[in-house]
Amino acid sequence: MTELPVLLGLLLATTAGTAAALTRDPVHQALVLSVLGLALALLFTLLQAPDVALSQLAVGTVLTPLMVLLSVRKVRRRPREDSPADGRGGKR
Amino acid sequence: MNKTVRLWVLGVGCAGVALLFVGAFRRLPEFGGSHHPYGARAVAAALHRHTANVVSSVNFDQRSFDTLGEQAILFGAVLGTVVVLRQARDERRVPPEPAVVAPTVRRYALVSLPLTLLVGLYVVAHGQLSPGGGFQGGLVVATALHLLYVAVDYRALERLRPVPVFALADAFGDVAYLLLGLAGLFAGASFLANVLPLGTFNTLASGGLVPLLNAAIGIEVASAAVVLLAQFLDQALELVPREGEHR
Repeated sequence: MTELPVLLGLLLATTAGTAAALTRDPVHQALVLSVLGLALALLFTLLQAPDVALSQLAVGTVLTPLMVLLSVRKVRRRPREDSPADGRGGKR
Repeated sequence: MNKTVRLWVLGVGCAGVALLFVGAFRRLPEFGGSHHPYGARAVAAALHRHTANVVSSVNFDQRSFDTLGEQAILFGAVLGTVVVLRQARDERRVPPEPAVVAPTVRRYALVSLPLTLLVGLYVVAHGQLSPGGGFQGGLVVATALHLLYVAVDYRALERLRPVPVFALADAFGDVAYLLLGLAGLFAGASFLANVLPLGTFNTLASGGLVPLLNAAIGIEVASAAVVLLAQFLDQALELVPREGEHR
């Protein structure tokens, strides 16, 4: 029974990973990715690897989803700017 | 190649990988066992060098050459991003209009900014004693600065973090690691050898070279993350295609 927390952590990480892979919209995917990072950080803590958990928390939960969100924003903005319609309001 | 053939090739490849995997895992020691040949030696070596955090001892003393490679990878990745995401000839800068920030968000972000900064610096400074180190702490420091964007607006963040300064700091951290390694060479030992006095176990000034290498990595990672996010933020918020020059 001592392995129960680790098993639960593994289950959480696999669920979050599958959800991230199955999510189609990149914006939602970035949020699910951040949850996956949190689940992995929890799993690493349960496996007594706090150093790795800290790295995972910083990179997987904050940096990567943020970069995905910023990239999506940049890619999505292009067509609106190029379109011949007068809708040039959404700059911010 | 039609679809059936491709699926067969994929199937054969997967079966081969699965076979090798099972073969490799059959020889692994059991999960959670008490026999750790590498761990026992690493802990003994870390205690011998007066470094309380064994992971830091492995990263910055026993295998510090590996860390040199890792930080070079980060440096190269940031350099590549800066080159690829630079302001192109058909792009111009439009300063984003300041958005209204909810007072609660502003208060929360302004309170947590100095706290997060302090935690980051603490994690860098205590890398040789407790979990964390230059890499983790550096990322926390970089994240803390970006709370200013959440609290105020992009212009405030741009004023706080002049990108050229942070790019220089990134290179400085990279070079500092190399020079600290060369110090070992000049002291008559080998590259990246821990030649400094080891200090008292479990105090801030212990572990010899470990805290210094941690600081170098902390500077490099914090500036690398700032520069990296600056490129992405510039692209997402400021750079727009020039009018009338569609391709």
